[in-house]
Amino acid sequence: MSTVLPVLKAEDFTSDQDIRWCPGCGDYSILAQMKKVLPEIGVPPEKTVFISGIGCSSRFPYYVNTYGIHSIHGRAPAVATGLKLTRPDLSVWVITGDGDSLSIGGNHFIHLLRRNVDLNIVMFNNRIYGLTKGQYSPTSVEGQITKSTPMGVVDHPINPISLAVGAEATFIARSVDSNIKHLAYTLKRAAAHKGTSFVEVYQNCNVFNDGAFSYAQDKATRDDTTIELEHGKPMIFGKEKDRGLRLNGLSVEIVNLDDGKVKEDDLLFHDEKATSTLVYMLSRLRRPDFPEPIGVFRDVLTETFEEAVLGQIHQSIEQRGRGNLQKLFNSGETWKV
Amino acid sequence: MSTEATVPSEATVPSSSKKIKTVSGITVRLCGDSGDGMQLLGTQLTNTSALAGNDIATFPDFPAEIRAPRGTRAGVSGFQVQFASHEVHTPGDSLDALVAMNPAALVTNLADLVKGGLLIVNEDSFEDKDLKLAKLKVNPLDEPAMENYRLVKVPMTKLTKLAVAEFGMSTKEADRSKNFFAMGLVYWLYGRNMDATLRFIHGKFGEGKSVVAQANEKALRAGWAFGETIEALGTSYQVDAATVLKSGTYRNIIGNQAMAWGLLAAAQRSGKEVFYASYPITPASDILHELCKFKNFGVCTFQAEDEIAAMCSAIGASYGGQMAVTTSSGPGIALKTEAMGLALMLELPLLVIDVQRGGPSTGLPTKTEQSDLMQVMFGRNGEAPLPVLAAQSPADCFEIVQEAWMLATQLMLPVIVLSDGYIANGSEPWLIPDVSKLTPIPIVHPTESNNPDGAFMPYKRNELLARPWAIPGTEGLMHRVGGLEKEDGSGNISYDPDNHQKMVQIRAQKVANAAKLLPPQQVIGPQSGELLVLSWGGTYGSCLTAVQKAQEQGLSVALAHIRHLNPFPSNLGEIISRYHQVLIPELNMGQLRTLIRSRYLCDAVGYNKIKGKPFTVTELLEKITEMAKAGNRVTQSTASESI
Repeated sequence: MSTVLPVLKAEDFTSDQDIRWCPGCGDYSILAQMKKVLPEIGVPPEKTVFISGIGCSSRFPYYVNTYGIHSIHGRAPAVATGLKLTRPDLSVWVITGDGDSLSIGGNHFIHLLRRNVDLNIVMFNNRIYGLTKGQYSPTSVEGQITKSTPMGVVDHPINPISLAVGAEATFIARSVDSNIKHLAYTLKRAAAHKGTSFVEVYQNCNVFNDGAFSYAQDKATRDDTTIELEHGKPMIFGKEKDRGLRLNGLSVEIVNLDDGKVKEDDLLFHDEKATSTLVYMLSRLRRPDFPEPIGVFRDVLTETFEEAVLGQIHQSIEQRGRGNLQKLFNSGETWKV
Repeated sequence: MSTEATVPSEATVPSSSKKIKTVSGITVRLCGDSGDGMQLLGTQLTNTSALAGNDIATFPDFPAEIRAPRGTRAGVSGFQVQFASHEVHTPGDSLDALVAMNPAALVTNLADLVKGGLLIVNEDSFEDKDLKLAKLKVNPLDEPAMENYRLVKVPMTKLTKLAVAEFGMSTKEADRSKNFFAMGLVYWLYGRNMDATLRFIHGKFGEGKSVVAQANEKALRAGWAFGETIEALGTSYQVDAATVLKSGTYRNIIGNQAMAWGLLAAAQRSGKEVFYASYPITPASDILHELCKFKNFGVCTFQAEDEIAAMCSAIGASYGGQMAVTTSSGPGIALKTEAMGLALMLELPLLVIDVQRGGPSTGLPTKTEQSDLMQVMFGRNGEAPLPVLAAQSPADCFEIVQEAWMLATQLMLPVIVLSDGYIANGSEPWLIPDVSKLTPIPIVHPTESNNPDGAFMPYKRNELLARPWAIPGTEGLMHRVGGLEKEDGSGNISYDPDNHQKMVQIRAQKVANAAKLLPPQQVIGPQSGELLVLSWGGTYGSCLTAVQKAQEQGLSVALAHIRHLNPFPSNLGEIISRYHQVLIPELNMGQLRTLIRSRYLCDAVGYNKIKGKPFTVTELLEKITEMAKAGNRVTQSTASESI
């Protein structure tokens, strides 16, 4: 008996729904890369589930022809955990935004990461509330003028990667909406990881926070303002590949490579399996002092939540035999009338 | 639990040489510090009485604090049990006997002891320091009021210490056995067999050589011997087996345990496994504790990070095709509210169990109340009705939760089940069902599109208005669901005004359709007449007993106890119309009464108590009698005027 596996294409994952994002929104690019990557991952549409919360990004499930739930604000990680615990056979994606996952859903986000449920979270970070028309978000920068902060934001923004490190996420990555090759690669890596994969995507909201990430998007500047993390490779950046990152005690410093004083071997080499202390240090690298890392910060393998939970169930059945209701009811002290 | 634990061979049912008086029923309350083991003592006495064939009803009553300051009134924990040779539906109003382990326990419980009732105290704990802890200036044992009771002062601490001296335990350790001494004395008093408790002691505290087990056994026997010896106790009492119970095999069952077992039964009947998500909350947590023991039944328990996550994970599990359940109490239900609305919009089957407690806010965590009815009926944004069922007794939790799952799956809806602290912790004899006779709950997951012309229609409905439960993994049936309003049939997002009105009406009609799947309301007593007592939930036992007593007095009173609160049983309006007056007793300010008055335009009268305690039969009977008699007069005078 031979079965011919159907070759899936992006169209197989395209739903019949009209897309209602603003023209020019970064979400289009993320959707396009997702639809490009899904057939390559090889999971058929009927075994794929997209779960979202509330916000612009959370309309995503309507636009892919898979199973999906557009849930309520911040709760997608909890919905996804319940689904994955009962249906570990499914490939589950959580689509969320900075407000959805870090503000109203902050609690669920942390617990999803520390439990290490085998699913992928893609967080569209645009540093603004778009769907409610322009209030500041937990990733908005200090001083940012928004509809709800006419004199500027006074909150200190959450660093999503640092938070993920603190919650001991097993896969942490960052990409940029317009850097489509890098984005597609990152999504594929996330899908390949067993355990919770967290991907932060710098996403431009061209209506309420246009240009928030132009430094990372613009081809003219991005080589100087970002540094691409590659496992096992020295950390070098700059259009001319003339600068690098070096560890100096417990700090990271920028060094010049063009004067020959520092050799490549002296630089920090990226290690996706490194201790969380090092990953945390990388997560703290912020403009304007440092280039911001994009790529896979961390990729380590530990037991997934559903493996552990279902493992106990299987172990219990193995040790005690399949439960018998009548036996249970008649156990302990009984009497006859 | 094993019943095979080593039991010493010497006779464990010594028979008393003193006078034995046969009585039809006894109500006894055991009270002491929350660390004194009163709940354990009560549970053992309950099980032993059940094994003796008595009908039983229990009322454990304990503080919210795990170990409130020792000896204080705040730390008093009590366990009341009524065991009888006749049918009992309540733990009893007034006490025939009270066992008080310290002054705080005595003064906070004495009011419930009948005049001439037996009062047993641990006199070793009535020293100055104990009185101070209980904020007493005078030793209550020296008060003249003691003459109203048959007071038996027992130096339990000293006697227990002597009894266990041979085991070389510290004073503190030896003191831990004194609840077993008290138990032995109570067992002597009511001629109870010690076998089951000895099995328990040796099963729990270690078999054979365990010093703790041996000490506890020794204390138990010493307590029994004390009763047999002391002159102050001249008579012991005997309560024969109840002959009114239906024949079969029985066990004692606690409400929360029955709820958990009912979930297992519902899962088996529907070919599913239980996915149970919850966040710890009193008084619902024992359902989680019970269910997590049954992993070998395929039960997946998930202690979520909060109430919202518990509810949402249940939604995810239901979407995946599993039997999803979440439980909580009032404060937690408040947190789940938004997600319950989502589940309603997604039209997915799942169960939300609310074990009610005193509110509002944190309220009275360990006390009972029926004040979440309006919350579960209306506590969601938008037009968001859901079926609401309420258990009437500990054993009924087993039944109600299966009915709820049947409704949820046949209608594709979340269903709410109400319990309360009183029935959750209370227990009663349970006729063990024959599992082979449980009927299946049919569930179909479609495998083919219901729309030959095109894409699968996730919101195309059957005659009950239920949509298909298509689950991920099914080829060709991919669909998206969400909280936004959707077009009927296709399930696509729709802001169309007429469609919204249609969907709101469909969702309401779906809930109304539940009445088609449920039996009509039964009435206990005359099918028409002067007074109808309309009750719901955990007050069943008190209401039934009060109504029966009123009927024995020749009053025209009937009881309709409602288990299905939304929708109401289809014949309820017609039943109400057959009585001159309607009385609705509730442990709230009149929530069902508001619903009944609004629905049936019926001038129902309320009897409302909000003290964190169940109704007593006495207070209900008083109100019933007053209304039934006044009604008769009114009827007569109206008749004479018309002549």
